[in-house]
Parts: sequence; C-alpha cells; structure tokens
Amino acid sequence: MEKYALFIGCNIPVKVEQYEHSARAVLNKLDVEVKDIDTFNCCGYPLKNVDQAGWLLSSARNIALAEARGLNLLTLCQCCFGSLKTAAAKLKEDNKAKERINEILSKENLEYQGVCKIEHLLSVLHNEVTLKTIEEKTIDKYKDLNIATHYGCHALRPSNIMEFDDPVKPSLFDNLVNVTGAESIEWALKLDCCGAPVLGINDNLSLDLTEKKLTNAKKAGADFICVSCPWCYMQFDKIQDRIAVDRGNKYNLPPILYSQLLGLRLGIAEKNLGIETDQKNDKVSKAYPKLFETEEKEAKKPKKKKATKSKK
Amino acid sequence: MAFDILLNSSLTILGVGLIIKMIQWLSYKTGIRAENESMLQRLAAALKGVLSTVFSLRFFNLPQTFVLDILFLRRTFKQDLLRWIMHMLIFWGFILLFFMHALESIVSDNLFSYYYSTINPFMFLRDLFGAMVLVGLLIAVFRRFFMKIQRMTSNAQDIYAILIVGIIIVSGFGLEGTKIISYNEFLNMEDEFAALDYEEDIFALESYWVKNYGLASPNNISNVSEEVLALGEEIHNDTCIDCHTKPTAAFGGYAVSRAFKPFAGILEFIGAVNIFYWIHILACFIGLAILPFTKMFHIVTTPLSLFTSAVMKRENASPLNIATRQAIELDACVHCTTCSSNCSVAPAFDILGNENIMPSERMMALRRFSTKQKISSQDFLAIQEGICLCSSCERCTVVCPAGINLKELWYDVREHFIRNGSIVTPLVLTPYSYNRAYSRDEFESPLQDSPAREAKSFIGRKYNKGKFVERDKPLPLIPDKDQPDKKDMGLTQDTFAYCFSCENCTNICPVVMNYEKPEEALDMLPHQIMRSLGLGLTDLVLGANMLWDCVTCYQCQENCPQNVKVTDIFFELKNQISKECFKNHENES
Repeated sequence: MEKYALFIGCNIPVKVEQYEHSARAVLNKLDVEVKDIDTFNCCGYPLKNVDQAGWLLSSARNIALAEARGLNLLTLCQCCFGSLKTAAAKLKEDNKAKERINEILSKENLEYQGVCKIEHLLSVLHNEVTLKTIEEKTIDKYKDLNIATHYGCHALRPSNIMEFDDPVKPSLFDNLVNVTGAESIEWALKLDCCGAPVLGINDNLSLDLTEKKLTNAKKAGADFICVSCPWCYMQFDKIQDRIAVDRGNKYNLPPILYSQLLGLRLGIAEKNLGIETDQKNDKVSKAYPKLFETEEKEAKKPKKKKATKSKK
Repeated sequence: MAFDILLNSSLTILGVGLIIKMIQWLSYKTGIRAENESMLQRLAAALKGVLSTVFSLRFFNLPQTFVLDILFLRRTFKQDLLRWIMHMLIFWGFILLFFMHALESIVSDNLFSYYYSTINPFMFLRDLFGAMVLVGLLIAVFRRFFMKIQRMTSNAQDIYAILIVGIIIVSGFGLEGTKIISYNEFLNMEDEFAALDYEEDIFALESYWVKNYGLASPNNISNVSEEVLALGEEIHNDTCIDCHTKPTAAFGGYAVSRAFKPFAGILEFIGAVNIFYWIHILACFIGLAILPFTKMFHIVTTPLSLFTSAVMKRENASPLNIATRQAIELDACVHCTTCSSNCSVAPAFDILGNENIMPSERMMALRRFSTKQKISSQDFLAIQEGICLCSSCERCTVVCPAGINLKELWYDVREHFIRNGSIVTPLVLTPYSYNRAYSRDEFESPLQDSPAREAKSFIGRKYNKGKFVERDKPLPLIPDKDQPDKKDMGLTQDTFAYCFSCENCTNICPVVMNYEKPEEALDMLPHQIMRSLGLGLTDLVLGANMLWDCVTCYQCQENCPQNVKVTDIFFELKNQISKECFKNHENES
C-alpha cells in the first residue's frame, strides 16, 4: 500500500471535524497508514477565481511538502483534490510557471517535482483497499437504507485530469456505498453541483441549487445524502437548516459522510465517527434509526467463496 | 536626589501613558462591535463585565491561565521549544531581577532579614538571573537574525525590545565588573564601613582585597609581606566579611572585571563606574517611562488578553466589551509571527507581495489604522485584501501565544469595512466569501452576498455592460488570425476558437438552468461567451455576471464536443478582470 500524507484542508478542522475523525478511524481500520504534515497550507482553490498564480503556488507547495517526505497525498475534500490535481496537470505542461514556483519554494528548501500521487479518500478505498477487503472487514450490513450518493463536481471533472471515474456514468462511489449493504439509489441530479461554490457570491443561486438537489434526492426516496467533501456537507447540513428557516422549505434529508456510513459497518463506535445520535430534530429523527437497522452478512458469503475459487 | 527625580518623573510619564492607553482601549473602534458609544458607557460595560466574572464560575479559569499560560508560557511551549526556552529565560530572569534587585528595598529587605546584595546567595543569584536574560536575548538575536524562520520579520519595536533589555543587563554587568576593580569604590567603602585611621591598615586591607577580591590598585602591592596580608585579613574579617562575599560569586561581573583589569586606570579616570551606573539607571527609567508605547508593554497586555480570552465568550459578552478587548488585543500582539508561519494562505503573499496577507503584519497595520484613523487609500486597500484573503481555517487563533481571538478580530474588521461600503476587492467574488455567509448567525452579518453583488455591478459599470458601444470599424467576417485579443486578455487558452455554438455548454449548465430568463440574470450564456471571444468581441463578455455566478462544476467543459475549455477560460477571464478592473479602483468607488 502507498504511503500517504493526509491533507485535511481548511474547512474540516473548523467546520466538519467529524470528517477528520471518522476518516482517520476508517483508514486505521483498513490499515491505510497516513502521516501528518502540519505545515500544509490552503490548497489555493478559492484563489483560482482571481489569481491563478497564487493558486498554483499554494497547491504546488503542498505537493512539494509531501514529495520532500516521499509521501503521496490523500485528500478528504473534492475541491482540494481538484485543486491539487489540476494544478499538477497545469505545471506539467507549463514549465515557466513551474520554474517560477520552484524559485519561490527554494527559499524554504522545497522543490516541486510533480511525482507525488494525489488521491481522494474514495479512490484510495476503492482502488487500493478494494471493495473485497472492505466487505471482508465489515461486521454486518445495512438492512434497509437508501442513499443518494453525491459525487462532488471537482472529483469527477475535468475527467481527463481527474481520472477519478467515468464522468457521465460513474460507479466508484456507488460501489462503495453498496458494499455497506445500503442501496445507492438512482437520482437525476446525482452529478450536479451542491451550490457551495457561490454561497457568499450569489446566495439565492446557491440555495436554489442546494434545494434542487435535496428535492430530487428526497423524491427518489433517499434516507441520507452521502457526501465525501466538506463543502457539500456544510451545504446539505447547515445550509439546509437555513433553507428551512429562511424559505420555509423543509426537506429533512440529512447528509452523511461516507467515512461515517462505512465506519459504522466496520464496527467503529458512532461516537468516534462524530455521529450525534442524541440530536433530536426533524431532519435526522427518521433517518438516524435506520443507521442501526442491520443484518448479518451471511447472504453474500457463498457468492464470495465461489468467486475466490474460480479465480484459483 | 537625581535618582529620585528621575524615578519619579519616569513613573509620572508611565502613569500618563497608562491613562492614555486606557482611554485608547475604551475609545477605539476597530470592528463593528462598538458604534458610537461613549467612553463612559464602555467603561461601565467593562466594569460590569469584570464584576460579573468575579462572581461567576468562570473566575476559576483564571488561576489556571495565570500559572500555565502566563507564568509557564504554555501556548509558546506548544509551538516552539527554542522560543519557549528563550522567553522563559528572559521572562523569569527579568522578573526575578526586578523583584530581588530593582525592588530590593521593598521586597528583598522585607523578605530576608539578612539581605545584602553583596552576599550569597543574592550576589550569585543576581548574576544568575542576569545571565538567564542574556542567554535568552542571545537566542532571540539568533532566532531573529540568523535562523531563517519562515515569514518572520523584524520591525523597529522588535529591535527596540531586544536593545532595551540588552542595555539594562549588559550595563548591569559592566557596573558590577568596574565596581569590583575600582579603587575609588574601595576607598569609599572603606571610609563608610571600616573607617580606618591608619594608612598602614588601609594598605593592608587594600592588599588583601587586591589578592582575594579582585580589586585593581594603582599602588605597588606586588611584594606585600605575609604579615601585611594577615593584618589585612584581620581588618577584613572585622569590617567587611559580614556583608561581602568574594566577587567570584558574581560570576558575570567578575568575568567582566577580569577583562577590564588591565585598563583599570583608564576606567577609573573616565569614571566608568558612574557611566555604567547612569546607563543602567537611565535605560531602566526610560524603558519604564515609555513602556506603554513599546513592545515591552506586552508584559501587561498579553496577560490581560489571555485572561479575557479565558473568561469571555462572544455569545454572552457585551459587544462593547468585545470592542474594548479587541483594542487591548491590538496592543497584546508581540509580533512573534507565529500566526504568519502557520497561516494557510501565506503562500499568496509570495505571489501578491502584500504583507497584510500575513496575520502578524495585518495586526501591525490595524494597530496603525486604529491610532491614525486616516491612512492612505493604498494602505487601506492592502489591509482589505489581506483581510478578505482568508480561508477561515482559524489556525492563527489556535496558535496565538497571546490568546488573541484573531478570527473574531478579522471578522469584525471586515464586517466594519463591508458595512461602511468600502470593500473593493475581487476577493469577495471567491469562495473565501463562503465563511461570512455560512457563519451568518454566529456573526450577525446581514445580506451575506452584498459585497459580491456590489463588486459585480462595479465590474459591469467598468465594462459598460448593457450599453451600446460604437465601434470604430466594422468587424471582419472572418476573425483575424493574429487578433490581439487573446494576448490582451492574458488568456493562455484559445480553444474558444473551435466553438461552433452547439450550445451544449449552456444546456448542461446548472446555473443557466436555474433561471427562467437566464440571459437577464447572467447577461451572457456560456456558448455566447465562447462565441464572442472567437469573434473578437471580448469587451462584450467581461461585464457578464455569468463569469462570477459560475459554480465551476466543469459540466460545460466536460460536455463540449469541440474540447473548448469553457471553465478554464472563465477562470482566465476572471483573473484578468480582477487584475485590470480593481487596479485603480480607489479613484472610482
């Protein structure tokens, strides 16, 4: 298994702490070793609008920090993931920019080489840990849980750079959800934007986009909307509450982080995953009990044996 | 006499300075917390806050803060061991010297019945404490000027702080060293404490002191007999020994005396003892007098900041007290630059060169801003850029050794700018604006996207959005191959040239889809923008809201059959507008 530096970004430690806790717990359970680099900076994503040089340097510095330690990068955020990866792609073709950046980085004895692998939590789980191992490590499975899987734009697109999954009909995240026994349902706006990028720039637009996704997922019968990005999480969590207050539209469709969804089935206590089961509100009251309705894994066992045998 | 006059005047100046500082704390409005309240109202709120803290459970937070954060500098310890050692040495050395040595008539005399500065352990301790400070200062100089600490800068106050403490301690050692060798000092002391009548006795004592106490004598005492020395010792035992330990105990001063001994005559002649004495005393008094206006004032303000942050919570504190606390916090910052070396967005400084991006420098700028309400519009814009270029990761607040609630300060100052309608930066059009909208309830910010809306209409005006612009000459039917537009716009992308207006980008755009009449809300649709660029009609697209309302989901780019990099072109256009449109904005707004 590759060695990774965990890139937490700016939002998670302040606004979505449970993501860090649950991701670490899950990675630990699945024997993925992650190191911490406390000198990481912002990935630069927000700067992209007004100063691409600032974005490139910010991303490159993080990559250089990982490279200096011989580590690869594992991000938890779609936007950090997209920002770092598109920056790496840009620097691959723009030698001038790379030289300029290395000149700045050399002041702190860093060098951007572009050899570091940049991965997202989901791609590591799917491609390196593999679904098979995950299934083996789960202790039981969800009995009746419908999940609206939300991919997050910047992981999927631009697909020629991100190489995360098929941009039109992706399956990676759905597979990861299904392996927990939950059902990743079909819904039309699965691949659309959560609305976060324009909150603060055009609030009405942002809230509209979030509402559309919530309406669509709810209509498709989702119990939870499953995300793996702090921006999306914040949008479906606190901004959903705000929509309920400001616009009077209540969807009661709580978000759940994939690391939480999987963590429970790996036998990690909900306390360690940051799932606040003692919350009492309309948004979660119907959905949360479903997280604890489980069944034995038995049903799938014979199938698995067959598969291993045939391989031999 | 002169000593008393100087002491009293420096204490008077100190008193006036403290009053000025308190007036400043109660009158400065750095953020939105205080509007037009009078100083008395703020004083009343402060007193009420203090009283309610004294009679509440929060009061019990204070002893812990005092011991761990102030006496043992816990927050510094967590950051940097070397810096902690440095600060502990200076702080404890100086505080102990202050109480044992500077306040000896008040503290040491009353605490120890046998106190004399010239007997052990006090003689040794004085040098030990002095040496602690000196070692600490050497580490400070080493850190500041020889270690390459990332994003650490030194301003005049930083250098003053090192200098003033350095002068006090070095002159102290100098004074001690010259006193040890001084013949005149010897004679004075002999006169005062021994009062010997006979020349032989004085000579005997002198010989004994030259031999054992490091005294430098102008007389020839190289061949003194054993008897004379014995007599000297006898007199010494009668008159001196009770309050004079051997000077070797004062290891620092003794070392200085050995170095000075060859020049004892000259030093005596120029009155080196007096010179060192006055340097030492004047440095102390000057440092004391101007204390409130120097970095050294942090011995008062930083503990104050740590105490208030231990007991004050934004939710239930009076807004007036938050304003007052923020004014104190500006003084509590010691410019240690811990925040800047941890700042998530600091790399942007390397590109943009605006030092206000780094929190420690922004703090200094805000301090200037609060004292002189008038600052140049350029400085003002630089502060704005710094304050808006923040990813709200709150690392600065977590790491600040002075316990300054930086995130709230940034927030309140930015809010103050926004409410005054003076925010002019393209940064309000980036996801850095997210936090303000997201944390609306925490910070009571109404109309979260208003700065962005204003910025968009500013850009629209600048590019004559919606106005018919007459063209000098008709456009060519086939765009000129070498048209300057691409270069002018700083675009590295020219894939827009392949656009054949299939409208896939527009049809898949979730933003376009959100509006019944998208062309009204967004001015131009993605395919129109691409096509206009291809036709050389760059001026048409620059004012369009579409660019800023784009959620950067890359659906357009992904679905373009012609591989036009729509989203990336948007980014480049936005970059160009940010640079061009906001360059000379101070004249316009």
